[in-house]
This record gives sequence, structure tokens and C-alpha cells, in this order.
Amino acid sequence: MKKKSINDRSGYGYLFILPFFIAFIFLGLYPAVFTFSLSVQKWDGLAPEKFIKLANFERLLSDKVFYLSIRNTLRIWLISFIPQILTALLLAAVFTTYRVKGMGIFRAIFYLPNLLTAASVGLLFHLLFNGNKSVANNILQALHVSGAPFEFFNDPVFTSNLTSYIQWWMWFGYTMILVMSGITTIDKNLFDAARIDGADRGQTFRKITLPLIRPTIVYITITSIIGGMQLFDVPATMSDGTGEPDKAILTISMYLYNQGFKNHNYGYAAAISVGLFAIICVMSFASLKAMKKGGNKDD
Amino acid sequence: MIKKGIKNFVIYGLLLLLVAITLVPFYLITVNATHSSFDIVTQLNLLPGKYLIENYRKLQEYVNIWSGFFNSLLIAVVFMIVSGYLGALVAFGFEKYQFKGKRILYMIVLASMMIPSQVSIIGFYRLGLKIGLVNKLTTFMFPFFAPGVSSVSTIFFLRGMISQGISTSLLEAARMEGCSEFRIFNRIVLPCIMPGIATMCIFNFVNSWNNYIGPLIMITDTKKYTMPILISLVKGIYLTNYGAMYLAVGISILVVVIIYLFCSKYIIDGLTMGAEK
Repeated sequence: MKKKSINDRSGYGYLFILPFFIAFIFLGLYPAVFTFSLSVQKWDGLAPEKFIKLANFERLLSDKVFYLSIRNTLRIWLISFIPQILTALLLAAVFTTYRVKGMGIFRAIFYLPNLLTAASVGLLFHLLFNGNKSVANNILQALHVSGAPFEFFNDPVFTSNLTSYIQWWMWFGYTMILVMSGITTIDKNLFDAARIDGADRGQTFRKITLPLIRPTIVYITITSIIGGMQLFDVPATMSDGTGEPDKAILTISMYLYNQGFKNHNYGYAAAISVGLFAIICVMSFASLKAMKKGGNKDD
Repeated sequence: MIKKGIKNFVIYGLLLLLVAITLVPFYLITVNATHSSFDIVTQLNLLPGKYLIENYRKLQEYVNIWSGFFNSLLIAVVFMIVSGYLGALVAFGFEKYQFKGKRILYMIVLASMMIPSQVSIIGFYRLGLKIGLVNKLTTFMFPFFAPGVSSVSTIFFLRGMISQGISTSLLEAARMEGCSEFRIFNRIVLPCIMPGIATMCIFNFVNSWNNYIGPLIMITDTKKYTMPILISLVKGIYLTNYGAMYLAVGISILVVVIIYLFCSKYIIDGLTMGAEK
């Protein structure tokens, strides 16, 4: 009767955490396992599934479009991520070393695009740039830019870079906030010590701030890889799901979606998912390793 | 003195340039949603026009944008409440109770973030067909699945709040008074961490509102389309009705912008606190 306290209440602990596990198992884990099992089957959405061993993966490994979609996705990610992290570091450095008036307002404005519906953003940029009478062309012509009007969406390189630009526009504010909160966790005494030793602001940022926010940078990089490799909404709505011109903005996720839900090759689409998962794992692991190594060299 | 002036000039110049880059698309939506399609293609418009009502009429001729609006709203509100309440409950269970396997179970919670939603999506569709979920996703099943990630961040964030804000002695005192465990959660824990729950609710609402690929594969009944799906179809429907399309984009982001105008402080504080852990 007296021996209650811990054991008595542990049941409530299990009970209270149960909702997460129910949701996770039925709506996260089980579907993921299902995807893996579908990847060794042939299924058109109607007829019963047929076990075809590794045929989907054999096809995947020799599928030129799959490799193209990987290159596209990597390119779009890299060209948006590098400027994004540089902008974020620069802004965070400015905001944490100078007393900027209206800092809160600046920060709030820079973060705003991150909250927008990506599907709407894709449509918006399509409207702004599509056709020779688009808003972008009207602006360029008013500025007497030679060569205007341009058929922007006939140019694969431009379209890919525009996608990167949109991603940069949507994410640099978010990255900046993460970097800034990383900086605020640094012990203030370190900055004072550096100042007493005669370090200027630039030196302090390079020699103290940057090395100490490495965990934040690692976190940002890995989450950005996971998100960037799954890029779908913006390129899909900007190109009506086709990834044109020349499949330049056909990302892995768009290829997966098209194979599954447009061509009804669900088995093959599942194999692409498995491939995507492998790519994300390899890249996350590689960047973790690379940044750990970089850290040791400096120390 | 002069050196400082130059420095300020550079800093504020840079910041204002970035503000312009950030806000230009919003301005272009406003300008073009209020001009006729003819004006949009024939001239450069720099100021808002008077065609808003006309564009709205055109928009409503083909698609009932408000049906998508309310479908999205309904899903987002239910998702927000469910993930806020249950997220707090799960966080409370992990933080204030001792049980076997707690560490491992919490690791599973955190690790579940590693499964990309695109990996489960084909399987989820297959599963949905099997148990008859496609199109019948009324409110409850679907929102759960949507961005499963956000509910993990909710748990993570609220667990931190509970550990800092609620002392175990307070809970013991409530137990002495004869409070049941559920009552303790509802009457003591929930009110104490309400600001944190509110912050997470805003994020979850926005995530759900913006979710595109989930509804795209699970909903084929046009009456149940959500806002992002309608938006992706708009181009094929309105062809050259540019004014109407800009207006559709404007309406789809309006809710988020309004929420942000009132809650930007909570959103940014929440993001900052989450990142510091």
C-alpha cells in the first residue's frame, strides 16, 4: 500500500507518450516500410502487386533521368545554400557586433518569406517571368536592358538559377536567426577577453565566433540537405510539374511523383524513394564527417 | 567620425537593399492583383490599380477560392490543436514520469525526424487505398501525417519548457490534494506552458497551411482541394487572366502574412529558443 511513488505512476508515463507512437507507427514508420516493400514490386495502382525482385533497382541504376534529377537537385541546393549561409553569417555578424537600429524589424522582415506557401511562390515567380510580356520583361524594357524581352523559361540555366534564387530568398532569414541564436549562446567573457587582447571585430568574429558556432552550422547544413534533396513545391508549381526546360528543374521528388502518380509506376517510384533516402543518408553523413574533420584541423 | 559615418552607410545600405529584395515580390503581388490583365501585359505598373474587384469577380467565375481556403483552414486548425495538445501531453510524459526504456523511446522520437516524408509518401498512398483513406480524409487522419516533423519539434520544445517551468514539488502538492494525473496536466501543466504551446501552434498551423504534396496525392475530389492545390491548378484554368492569378496568390498568402504581422515576435522567439537547445 505504501510502496507507490515511482512504480505506480510509470503507467501514466507510458499512457501520455502513447499518442506519439501511435501516430508515428501508423503514419510514419509503417508507410515507410510499405514503401520499401513496394520497391521490389510492380504495381500500377489497380492490379495486384507483383514481386519482381530487384528489377526496379536495376532500372534505377541505369536510368539517365534519375541521375539527371540528382544533378539538378544538387545544383539547385548548392547554388542556393552557399549564398544563403554567407548572407546569414554576414547579417548575424552585423547584428551581433554593431548596435543596429530597428534590428528586430529587419530580422522580422528577412524571415517573412520562409512562412509563405511554397506552391504559391512557385506560381508567383512563374507569372513574373513567363512570356515576353511578363512583369520582369516590362521592368527590363523600361530600364532599356539590351536584348529584352527574354524568354526566361526557355533557358535551362536561368530556370535552375531562378529556383536557387527563390530558395535563397525563402531561407536566408531563417538561417540568419539560427546563426544569431548560436552566437548568443557563446560565453560573453570570451568576447571581452578578445577585446582586452586587442582583437578587432573582424578578428573576433573569425577566430572566436565562427569556430564556436560550428555545431549550429553543422545543424543548418544537415537540415538544409535533408530539405533540399526533397525539394518539390517551388519547381513543381513553377514548371507545371514537368521540370522543363530540358528537365533542368526536374528534382528527385518531382521525378518520384511523376513516375508514381502520373505514370502509375508505383513500384518504380518507391524504388526512387529508397534511392532518395540513401542519397540523404550518405550526404548527411558525409557532411557531418567533413565538418568534424575541419574542426580538428583548426584546433 | 567620418569613418563611422561610412560604416553606418554601408551597414544600413546593405540592410535596406536586402529589405527591398525581400519585399519586392509582395509589392508586385499587390500591384498586379489590382490591375487588369490587359494592363499587366501592355505596360509596366508600379503603383496599385483599381481592378481588385474586377479581378476578384474573374477569379470567382471559375474556381471557388474560398472552398480551398476553408478546407485548408479546417485542416490547419485541427492539426494545430491536436499537435499542440498531444505534443504537450507527450512532452509531459517524457519529462515528469520515470519509466523503463524512457531514454530509448525518446531517442526514437528524435530519430523519427530522420525519415523524410517523401519516403513514406508512396507507402502512405498505398496504405490509404487499402483502408479507404483517399478522399475520405476528413479531419483527423490526414493532419497527423502531414508534416510529422513539426510534432517532434513541438515535443522537443515543450519538454524543455516543462523542465524549466514546472517544479516536481508543485506536482506532488497537487497529488496530495487528490488531483488525478490527467487533471494535473490539464489544470496545472497546460496553463503554465501556454505561451510555448501557442508558439508551436503558430508554426504547426503555418506548416499545415503550406503543405502541398500531402493533399496532392491523397485528395482527388475537387471539392476537398486545399489552397496550395488550387493554386497549382490556377495557371491551367485562367490562362491569360493574370490579374486574377496574382490575386489568387495574394489570397493564399494573406492568412500567413496577417498571422505574422501580429505574432512575429512569438515566432522568432520560438525559433531562437528552439535553436539554442
